[in-house]
Amino acid sequence: MHDIELRVNGHAERASVPAGMTLLEFLRDRLALTGAKEGCGIGECGACTVLLDRTPVTACLVLAVEADGLDVRTIEGEAADGELSALQRAFVDAGAVQCGFCTPGMIMSARALLLRSPHPSDEEIVEAIAGNLCRCTGYEAILAAIRAASGTGGEP
Amino acid sequence: MTRALSCVGKSVPRGDAVEKVTGSARYAHDLALPGMLHAALVTSPHASARIARVDVADAAALPGVRAILAGANLDVRLGLYMRDKRILARDVVRYQGEPVVAVAADTLDIAREACRRVRVEYEPTRAVFDPRDAMKSGAPLVHPDLESYAHLEGVFFPKSNTNVAHHQKIRKGDVDAAIASAEVTLEARFDNPPVQHVPMETHAAIAQALPDGRVEIWTSSQSPYTVRHLMSVVFGLPHASIRVHVPYVGGGFGGKAGLNLEPLVYVLSKAAGGRPVKFVATREQEFNTLPSRQGLHSTIEIGATRAGKIVALKATYVWDAGAYADYGVNVGRAAAYSGAGPYAVPNCSIDSFVVYTNKVYGTAYRGFGHLEVLWGIERAIDQMARKLGLDPAEFRRRNLLTVGDTTITGETFTAGHGKPVECLDAVAKAIEWGTPSTPPASSTKRRGKGIAMLHKAPAMPTSTSCSAIIKLDEDGAADILVSGVDYGQGTYTVLRQIAAEELRLPIDAVHINSDCDTAFTPYDWQTVASRFSYMGGHAVIEAAADCLRQLRFAAAQVFGVAPEKIVCENASAYPDGEPERAIPYRSLALGYVYPNGNAIGGPVIGHGRFIARGLTHLAPDTGQGRPAQFWTYGAHGVEVEVDTETGEIEILRIASAVDAGKVLNAGLARGQVIGGVVQGIGSALWEGFRFDKEGRLKNPSFVDYKIPTAKDLPREMVPILLENPQPDGPYGARGVAEHPMISVPSAIGNALYDALGIEFASLPLSPEHVIARLAEKGTKP
Repeated sequence: MHDIELRVNGHAERASVPAGMTLLEFLRDRLALTGAKEGCGIGECGACTVLLDRTPVTACLVLAVEADGLDVRTIEGEAADGELSALQRAFVDAGAVQCGFCTPGMIMSARALLLRSPHPSDEEIVEAIAGNLCRCTGYEAILAAIRAASGTGGEP
Repeated sequence: MTRALSCVGKSVPRGDAVEKVTGSARYAHDLALPGMLHAALVTSPHASARIARVDVADAAALPGVRAILAGANLDVRLGLYMRDKRILARDVVRYQGEPVVAVAADTLDIAREACRRVRVEYEPTRAVFDPRDAMKSGAPLVHPDLESYAHLEGVFFPKSNTNVAHHQKIRKGDVDAAIASAEVTLEARFDNPPVQHVPMETHAAIAQALPDGRVEIWTSSQSPYTVRHLMSVVFGLPHASIRVHVPYVGGGFGGKAGLNLEPLVYVLSKAAGGRPVKFVATREQEFNTLPSRQGLHSTIEIGATRAGKIVALKATYVWDAGAYADYGVNVGRAAAYSGAGPYAVPNCSIDSFVVYTNKVYGTAYRGFGHLEVLWGIERAIDQMARKLGLDPAEFRRRNLLTVGDTTITGETFTAGHGKPVECLDAVAKAIEWGTPSTPPASSTKRRGKGIAMLHKAPAMPTSTSCSAIIKLDEDGAADILVSGVDYGQGTYTVLRQIAAEELRLPIDAVHINSDCDTAFTPYDWQTVASRFSYMGGHAVIEAAADCLRQLRFAAAQVFGVAPEKIVCENASAYPDGEPERAIPYRSLALGYVYPNGNAIGGPVIGHGRFIARGLTHLAPDTGQGRPAQFWTYGAHGVEVEVDTETGEIEILRIASAVDAGKVLNAGLARGQVIGGVVQGIGSALWEGFRFDKEGRLKNPSFVDYKIPTAKDLPREMVPILLENPQPDGPYGARGVAEHPMISVPSAIGNALYDALGIEFASLPLSPEHVIARLAEKGTKP
């Protein structure tokens, strides 16, 4: 077991975890943050995307011990004080959600993009979510949502 | 007097969107119960083998293992239409990936470790992989006991001592004579590989066997009541003892219809002393263990006059059912009665064979066989048009069903069916059909245009039914209870709009259950076949009318007028012409209280129902009858650019028209079209199972099985929703959810011919496939 300390959505967390525990397991099973989904478990679908020090990662491929000392941001940290972020609101308004299983990962990839590039080009948007698979929407509305949230992406 | 619609037709956002964008929506994947165990599977490495010995001693010795089961422990067969499948393979395995042993343990890691310790000895047996080979005499029998299997009698016709699980015949006129005397004939063959649905949430289920014999199930399913019913049939349990919960479902597309993992987790829970057991399929199991879309081999003959009228169509469809054909038999049936395309065909003969092979098995998948048969039909129609020297759109126009024509099963086409030709014309216009593509920027690229028609009706039992309950709350708002599942299509939002319209409530005052629970939400067959907004819509209209009757009755007493003189408007009731006296629903919802304390009425609860009307079984020898509650027609027009150096196809634009009858929610309907088109592009360009010589699936992962990503979108997508009303549809609507996917490959294949002058007969149209055909033709620059 390894002792780790990290921040998750702004809260300090301290835990003792097995070496093989993934960050996704830690978030879902230890912290009950089930917004990040396991769609494949091998880093190919993006449904478990979270931000590790503002960088998007597939949490199924990151070990919990690798997050030691870092700042983790999940979908549960996206809305502040019960208010949807502009990005979340744009997903609702653009009809970018169908079954919703890919949505948390998709929004986190978009969040990472907006943090590093507040006014992204269409190419940047496509590139940012190219690793997030969605089987329902055909992506068009998702791209529209991220475009609509352009300029709102600084730290909320 | 018809009143302008206030809510139906509007782009009301999904009611569940906020839960979904915040990560708080709970899926079966996310659920955990106290004391819950986790299950893992040992699956077969062989496509066909006898199970000689199963040794679980080492696995059972592992601390934390609570139950281990093998097929020998479970003598039941499962199925909706054809009971041909075991919970765990018993005596033999029939496909690589088939579950053989299941373990429930304290943690998933322990369950998986236990599975590694299970030793199974197999004796490989002769396998058959191509359904055409499987139909030959002397082929190994995948199910030697086929004769003894229970199935839906009078609808499906398994052939004993063969691999044919079902043979659907359609006979109209004299096809052989008509082809023999036709001025122009064409024969062509086409192939579709099996593909995967790829819901982002893999199948997940939890069951708890309770000590009093009851069962509680939580499952990612499209079919709460069908799960309950089949669990009852399989295990001999009273229906009321089985409670099925369906929380949010992360995509279905047909793959979560019928019964899937629920029996497995139930028997594990029983074996583990009644502790809840959860199983979540890995992505590899989703590809390799859970069902897929069947492959298809088509042979199509068409006879026509020189003037361009189709006189005959003869088709043989050989479906690759894989190892089990429970749902596959119905795909083979439905695709046969639609199997000549949306055309007036005076002489028609279709033989649709659903054939067992030693591969992962098939089930329903968005379009239910229609994408597959229309890949062949719509490519053949194009080829025939060229043979006749006709423009492919014009050839279609001359043969599309119009009022007074009869379909191949003898149904009369009416104005209420919608207008296929308007769909064709709309997409032709949108892609500037008839105008050559502008030349590509690079000399190694080629451009072309293609069109294709589509049609589909819900494939469902003749007595399929549905029900809805609406309860009024203390504040006068309405709660809808249904057991159709909204796994992304948007049907719940549409039902809220319908209830708001009928009850004269604002949309925000209409709520719907976000999950289904067979203990509380009323009966629905299952959520498949693009039928729920239609059938559920009717049930909600009737439930709302029931509520209004109760409101009017109470209000009539209050005002001392006849109930029919009461107007319900703006969430209130008043005597006709006297809106200033209105009583809000909230003062009637639980009963009206007079100033002196006397009360009348009572809680307002309405119920509504709908049952399929006028459907018949198809005559076994001719397929004549009425299989369809309604038909939905559509068309795609596409312009592609092919890179002759890489074989890559880029979709420059795709226009997709569907005759929706009435668009109930414009934004959600558009979402179904765009999502369906992109899923269809996956089937067209990349998706397809590849097997090695031993029948092992070679591409059970996203690395080797590519689905469309955000990088693969067409440059332009044009959804077109036509509104020629369905007279018996709610507000004139018909189903549209599956349809946009159908015939996308056909349109792309036709455009590819236009671009390259090469006939593509098999899918997918992958870069390797395109390059190989270019090399064959010697046109590679």
